[in-house]
Amino acid sequence: MTEVRFTDQHEWVRVDGDEATIGITKYAVEQLGDVVFVELPEAGRKVGAGGEAAVVESVKAASEVYAPVGGEVTASNAALAGDPAKVSADPEGEGWFFKLKLADKSELAKLMTAEQYAAFVKGL
Amino acid sequence: MADPNEVLLKTPLHALHVELGARMVPFSGYDMPVQYPAGILKEHLHTREKAGLFDVSHMGQAFLSGGDPARALERLTPADVIGLKPGLQRYGLLLNDAGTIKDDFMFSRLLGEDALYLVVNAGTKDGDFAYIAKRLEGVATLEPRPDRALFALQGPAAAAVLQRHSPGIDALTFMKVVRCLVAGAPAIVSRSGYTGEDGFEISLEAIHAERVARALLAEPEVLPIGLGARDSLRLEAGLCLYGHDIDETTNPVEAGLVWSIAKRRKLAKDFPAAEKIMDAVFNGTAKKRVGLRPDGRAPAREGSEIVDKSGQIIGRITSGGFGPTLNAPIAMGYIDSAFAADGTEIDLIVRGKPLPARVVPLPFVPHRYRRAI
Repeated sequence: MTEVRFTDQHEWVRVDGDEATIGITKYAVEQLGDVVFVELPEAGRKVGAGGEAAVVESVKAASEVYAPVGGEVTASNAALAGDPAKVSADPEGEGWFFKLKLADKSELAKLMTAEQYAAFVKGL
Repeated sequence: MADPNEVLLKTPLHALHVELGARMVPFSGYDMPVQYPAGILKEHLHTREKAGLFDVSHMGQAFLSGGDPARALERLTPADVIGLKPGLQRYGLLLNDAGTIKDDFMFSRLLGEDALYLVVNAGTKDGDFAYIAKRLEGVATLEPRPDRALFALQGPAAAAVLQRHSPGIDALTFMKVVRCLVAGAPAIVSRSGYTGEDGFEISLEAIHAERVARALLAEPEVLPIGLGARDSLRLEAGLCLYGHDIDETTNPVEAGLVWSIAKRRKLAKDFPAAEKIMDAVFNGTAKKRVGLRPDGRAPAREGSEIVDKSGQIIGRITSGGFGPTLNAPIAMGYIDSAFAADGTEIDLIVRGKPLPARVVPLPFVPHRYRRAI
């Protein structure tokens, strides 16, 4: 069963079994503006929940992307290197950043559900 | 960081920006549009392809009058002010006594008028105006004009657009200035800008600003452009941003702005710290402002260190980002003069790692000014 959760740093994580796919939210993209570059983690790298995992750059500024949950990186979205605009166009689909093998599934419970995140964004 | 309690000033177009869906940010004490719904990339490319309208009403406008305001102003700038013919505009550096850059500004002599018209940067205007007024006390009178709005209409279609609202304006060539009507409103129009494109800057009384802006925005070629694209456009054009690429620690020679020091002034050495500046002209400076092109797509931002291939720090980036026209990262910074030659390979430290880059000539995108033939 697929479960999607959100962070207050505007990352999303979609979990299938013990595989987590991570990206940034539509709200994050709206705030950043046009994405011109992403730096993604290499497969094999271990990241902790809340740790710096990737960088997304717009015309104006660079922003860190944090791992919503801990684990070992298994893949990153190579298509973004040549076409970072995919992040702006489809942040919660084709614009995913990286995948990791979940270390501790219980970390998910600390993150927001879609409804909670929508309410959080509305309050910003 | 912006102080959340700071009361931000509004330009005469503030309500229009909000109506157009702009994202407003604090900038130099004003609540300004950083981008509109089109976004920085589209706004930038649109300005290079057609025309963009920028609200730069936050900048400082003033008139300098008195017996001989040109002679007076030459006390504070190494530009040729006295020799400026009526109907022309020029770029100048406002120097402090140490010969470093207090601000950069534009000055104009309007046809049939004794006063000079000045435009200075937004973030420095209060300090500049106080400095000019104090230093020229008794010889010239500075009259700030916060009641005036200022627009820039920039891009290859700017002339065709403005011609519809100010017939005959296309006869004005680069760095010329005239009083005329724009959409019926009295205006001071100069053929200049901060994008590297052909275009105009239009000063008019605040009461006419919104109506004239709406008239220009109604033209099919024109999009509103925010400060985000203004910055990426000027960086591609290799133009300095005060407070970043030049400031009170910079001398005009290392900044590559010697062209703004008139020959007569160099010979007379009659401007602030002239001996020091002329020594730098003849003997060179320890560092120089250069263009930088990182390999790959990762931008290097302001503050990033420039290092040689052995890892020794040889400079720092003062403006860096992404150039939409080039679809590549670009930067400007100061580098030890020994490394300033075009093509020199260096590294930029980005997130702790060396990013290969090379020194390149400025501008990154050729200027397309409409010069007199």
